[in-house]
Amino acid sequence: MNKTVNQRAWWFVLPVVLLVAFNAVIPLMTVVNYSVQESFGSNMFFWSGVRWFEEVLRSERFHASLLRQLAFTAAILAIEVPLGLAIALAMPRRGPWVSVCLVLMALPLLIPWNVVGAMWNIMALPTIGLLSETLHALGFDYNYTREPGAAWFTVILMDVWHWTSLVVLLCYAGLVSIPDAYYQAAKIDGARPWAVFRYIQLPKLRYVLTIAILLRFMDSFMIYTEVVVLTGGGPGTATTFLSIDLVKTALGQFDLGPAAAMSLVYFLIILLMSWLFYTLMMRNQSR
Amino acid sequence: MQGTSVFAWMAWTWPTAAFFAFIVLCLVGMTVWEFRSPGGAPRHGILGLDTTRGDRLFISLLGSAFIFLAWLGLVGTPLWAPLVIAVLYAGAVFRWV
Repeated sequence: MNKTVNQRAWWFVLPVVLLVAFNAVIPLMTVVNYSVQESFGSNMFFWSGVRWFEEVLRSERFHASLLRQLAFTAAILAIEVPLGLAIALAMPRRGPWVSVCLVLMALPLLIPWNVVGAMWNIMALPTIGLLSETLHALGFDYNYTREPGAAWFTVILMDVWHWTSLVVLLCYAGLVSIPDAYYQAAKIDGARPWAVFRYIQLPKLRYVLTIAILLRFMDSFMIYTEVVVLTGGGPGTATTFLSIDLVKTALGQFDLGPAAAMSLVYFLIILLMSWLFYTLMMRNQSR
Repeated sequence: MQGTSVFAWMAWTWPTAAFFAFIVLCLVGMTVWEFRSPGGAPRHGILGLDTTRGDRLFISLLGSAFIFLAWLGLVGTPLWAPLVIAVLYAGAVFRWV
């Protein structure tokens, strides 16, 4: 019997294709066009070839922003992933406290990014902030508007407060999906808690942990609003990450060509890292 | 290609239009290839990855972009040498990855 081939279902994909085209493809094409031209007002453009790419790739300012970005991403991943996993392991699996814990964990994720920045700005203000007062009382000379180290500490603390919950919720979802039979078998074998974690929970969490790392990597690599509201990229350029530098170049200096070249390099880095994480995730899943 | 058309703000140039046309042609070519000679099932390559033809095209394009960026950052123009490297790299990806 011949199978009927019906391709009309493809029409249902059309709205998504149009949405992605207007939302992503056309802006990306425009950025590529801008990256090879010198832009002036009134739609005046002059061909400049790959000059902006050479300039950006050899610019110390870009290297410094990229380095700060990588350091920030590495720091928050090193803190948020183990911390999120530890909190998820400590959360109750049954009983009335489950809902309480889940709501508490979800709260930071519901707060708009600019509000998070403003909250931490007030918390860390050198004169009246709760965080600064506490640190002063403990004997630390804390002033995030003056000291780069203090600014980094505050930015990382803010990100950990804001986003660890995401890792917690993902890990928790992974943990509750492990069938009880695994724990029963471990109990019969007399497995210690560490062995249960190492040989049951961690392998079963591999998939969600990869998703958590991928999401946190991409989000942290694109961080903008919270840091701009909190530190404005300062003191000096101490917390000027890639996205902040990009906006300064594109909108502050109105250098659309270099900004377009920079954003394409930035996009390719994120694309490469996302592909690497995705490939690893799929490999883990197929094992 | 500039002027007063509704697409003037997109600042199209012939080289960038040719670049996107090349990408579209690659996708069309891959589709035709798959129809004429189906072989889209994943293959286990030297990197230990299971890749389809589409994956190999993606790896080729992404890798080529980084070859060009590395050349621009370390050496500069002209770009004939990275073009040759990128073509060889794409060939190697389609053959062995």
